[in-house]
Amino acid sequence: MERKNQNPIIQWIVKTKILGILFFVVIGAFVIYALGQALTNNPSLFLQQVVNGLQLGFVYALIALGYTMIYGIVRLINFAHGDVFMVGAFTSFFTISRFNLHLWFQNLFPSFPAMPAQIIGAITVVLASMAICALLAFTIEKIAYKPLREAPRISALITAIGISFFLEYFGALNFVFTPNYITYKRPFEVKSWFIGPSGFGTIESGVTSPSNSIIFSNIFVIIVLASLSLLLVLQYIVKRTKIGKAMRAVAYDKPTARLMGINSDAVISITFALGAALAGAAGVLYAIAYPQVYFTMGIIPGMKAFVAAVVGGIGSIPGAFIGALIMGQAETLSAAYISTPMRDAIAFSLLVIVLLIRPKGIMGEIASEKV
Amino acid sequence: MKKINKSTIFFLIGAALVYVIVQTLASLKIINTFWETILLLAGVMAIVSLGLNLIYGFNGQFSLGQYGFYAIGAYTAADITYRWTQLHSAEGLTVVFFIAILTAITIVVVQKAVSKIRGLDTLSAFAMYLAVVLAAIFAAVKLGQLVANPITALLNLLPAKTAQMIVYVIAIILGGAIAAEVSFLYGLPILTLGSDYFGIATLGFTIIVKVLLDNSDTMLGFQEMKGARGMIGIPKLTNWTWIFIFLFLTIVFIRNLLNSSYGRAIVSIREDETAATSMGINVPFYKTITFVIGSFLAGMAGGLYAHVNGFLHPNTFSFVKSFDPLIIVVFGGLGSVTGTVTASFGWALVLEGVLRLVLPDGFETWRYVVYPILLLIMMLLKPNGLFGNYEIPFIRSIVPPLKDKANNEKKSEEVA
Amino acid sequence: MMADNKNKTPILELRKLCRYFGGLKAVHEVDLVLEAHALNGLIGPNGSGKTTIFNVITGIYEPTAGEVIFDGQSIGGLNPYVINQMGIARTFQNIRLFPNLTVLDNVRIAYHPYAGYGMNDAVLHNGKFNQKERELTEKAQDFLRVFNLQDRQAEIAKNLPYGEQRRLEIARALASNPKVLLLDEPAAGMNPNEATNLMELIHFIRGKFDLTVLLIEHQMRVVMGICEKITVMDFGEVIARGTAQEVQRDKHVIEAYLGPGADELSKQYLKEKAK
Repeated sequence: MERKNQNPIIQWIVKTKILGILFFVVIGAFVIYALGQALTNNPSLFLQQVVNGLQLGFVYALIALGYTMIYGIVRLINFAHGDVFMVGAFTSFFTISRFNLHLWFQNLFPSFPAMPAQIIGAITVVLASMAICALLAFTIEKIAYKPLREAPRISALITAIGISFFLEYFGALNFVFTPNYITYKRPFEVKSWFIGPSGFGTIESGVTSPSNSIIFSNIFVIIVLASLSLLLVLQYIVKRTKIGKAMRAVAYDKPTARLMGINSDAVISITFALGAALAGAAGVLYAIAYPQVYFTMGIIPGMKAFVAAVVGGIGSIPGAFIGALIMGQAETLSAAYISTPMRDAIAFSLLVIVLLIRPKGIMGEIASEKV
Repeated sequence: MKKINKSTIFFLIGAALVYVIVQTLASLKIINTFWETILLLAGVMAIVSLGLNLIYGFNGQFSLGQYGFYAIGAYTAADITYRWTQLHSAEGLTVVFFIAILTAITIVVVQKAVSKIRGLDTLSAFAMYLAVVLAAIFAAVKLGQLVANPITALLNLLPAKTAQMIVYVIAIILGGAIAAEVSFLYGLPILTLGSDYFGIATLGFTIIVKVLLDNSDTMLGFQEMKGARGMIGIPKLTNWTWIFIFLFLTIVFIRNLLNSSYGRAIVSIREDETAATSMGINVPFYKTITFVIGSFLAGMAGGLYAHVNGFLHPNTFSFVKSFDPLIIVVFGGLGSVTGTVTASFGWALVLEGVLRLVLPDGFETWRYVVYPILLLIMMLLKPNGLFGNYEIPFIRSIVPPLKDKANNEKKSEEVA
Repeated sequence: MMADNKNKTPILELRKLCRYFGGLKAVHEVDLVLEAHALNGLIGPNGSGKTTIFNVITGIYEPTAGEVIFDGQSIGGLNPYVINQMGIARTFQNIRLFPNLTVLDNVRIAYHPYAGYGMNDAVLHNGKFNQKERELTEKAQDFLRVFNLQDRQAEIAKNLPYGEQRRLEIARALASNPKVLLLDEPAAGMNPNEATNLMELIHFIRGKFDLTVLLIEHQMRVVMGICEKITVMDFGEVIARGTAQEVQRDKHVIEAYLGPGADELSKQYLKEKAK
């Protein structure tokens, strides 16, 4: 039986929660020390990793948004989301290498300046992938999740796992995506720049960049721009439009939303489609950045994005974004300074630590249950 | 008082029949090694899934970490028997034995101390446990190495076969024990998270364990585990008899636990946590103990699994595979022991057996295309699983008939 | 006044108890004394903080400030299960049974801390287990008999009709062997006849099990009949206390229930009626 603590030392320990705090402080101090060490030892290498991490983080953010929206509205961990991302990457692979979709504008108007024509082509590729993914998720939702809306929550989770297996292994069939690693053809040429103590400049092919400088490419710029603009579009949809309002209403209280005349099934379908469209875009960007596509490519990024969504506070759009950026950093930094295979373990350890400090994620709201 | 229930007799006869039939068919070579291995895997899967069903189906804690503990048990047990058969040393046995014992003792001691402190937060408690357990492990390793040689000599006095069997059985139980202790430490802070967050944190555990196993030779320093190349040279000791014994004991254990006041306390947490805690159920304790028991079963099953093929690979424990027990548990029916056991055998026979044979040549890759479709159809047709919460009479909890109590009857009439 | 002479030792005492949710003062500096063997009422309009007080007493919420004294010990902020085992049991406003378990199991779970056998006995199903389990079951069945639920023992709790669910919840609370029983709107959703029967039942179990009862109700009529002392709350604070008659005539109470100015109106009404 619990009694009043008599010993003042124990009282102090309980009151200040010192042991738990000390535990985290030790871990935190170690991490900060290690990062500080890395930064002072070789600043350019460290900053280069940060840039790489940002690039990865912005891709993760797009996937994480889908996770967070779907969880927010139907409380389903949509394990098939990572595979939708994979389909997005493959769609762009086919549209580029089979149909030359990225060249349609140039072919139609050969006299148009090359740069904007390229951009229009690339945007078309992304939009095509987004559309296909949205359609796919819409279908999946209709077949696999909608009939289970009234069933226990776990049933939908199991079908999500089933859909995930199906997309992967159907994709692995020889007449679909094949089980091989396929080199991806980018819809534009890569240009790289360096920035550092020796100034700013373009890196010509075959020339090494000056030492102590940070390299970044147009891929980085494109990913950041695309990701941010999609985030803004999404934020606009959720906050400003009627459908966004309906989404928030359904997420908050489905039965009441239904009583208020909101077609909650339609809203849920649209949410799935929207999330999948973002995952499709992420698939294209990921394939552009790491030009290789294969049928299980969605698992790990999907998992990481999911972790990001949880770290940020699942259900919160800015949270997913922040979480994704943290995940990107954690991954590149741990790959650079600890070891590449350990990066998944680091990502999940980070998740656990964040959950212990903030049980609902960084931006998550702690809702207490009414008794 | 000493009369034995009819349902118990039926169950015992049924179990004996299953054992004898499979054993005869196997020894007569009517069941070939392919199918026998599948049966062994099904039995292993049943134990893992029963552990998960206890955690998720009965206690309501959504765990995806079952395969992490399964992996810990597998590698622990494998390492012990590997050292015994390949290196002819009982060092693995003694070290792990002392780790299990000393950790358990320290956990109990710290638990006693912590329970006297009012209002200690979980993280501080966790930090205390961690510090003490690490010290215990350090001491255990030293102690284990000290007595390794005498124990080796002692075991060598026995006939080789007997000694190996003893090492094997102890290894499996120690695999379970280590998994249980790890689950206690990991569960302590994360069991306070909500259900979904607990699931995510346990999923994280599976992934962390898998990554560590991938680097077991370089980072952990266990050369014999060979990291991502896979561990070989484990004696193939698991046979149908062992699987049957362990599965049988597991079922009886779970049945006895669930049909007691402790089992009801565990289930009440699934039903309504707030109501349970308001009715005097020590919710954190029962959550922890259920998680520990479930993980113990997973670890034990891991030990059995390690000795089925004599080969372990970290990919077996990847998080994609870790959904298997969850699928089985939901498929059989959450909170149904009968369902879980049936579903495990059905799952192994269909996925590993039938689908391999039915699919024509050139369509082997279709196995994992057909499987999710089956899963989907199943889930859409039976969202509550095959058995719902049905149990065979032996496992089902019995509502005892009312005793005639004339005076009490009178009182209740008075009231109504 | 009769109860006062019989036994005056307080068993449960709230001292300047506060519970805030952010800026909301759900309970603010509430003092309450519950004497042993009393049957007291806690009333007030919706959202006046009655249930929050129950939640703080039973440990579901930690008090923001102030103390809860039970049997001479401060229990504020203890774990709910510890508080229950010390001797405070409760029911819930929106019935919280264990919905998928049988009626008997619902009661047996509450009796769990007194099961009298260890987990090892349970796993072995040995003689001690069999004996204690039988005793436990009989005890639980006795509780069901008190509430006339004995024929329903094998039923799944969620399939019971509403009134029986309410009764089962009280039976379950009793099975946890309390000294103080907190009932949160036990008569909610019942017709006046059922409510009266229930109140008689509560009166009866108080005597039989030697209980102290505090019950929340927001229909005044229901508590007036049986409660010896009534505390009235509004906006998280106590606005009146006393016997039913005293409370009924209190100016603040009338205003809390009927709105400001109602006191004048009611006096006018009574005068006119007297003419």
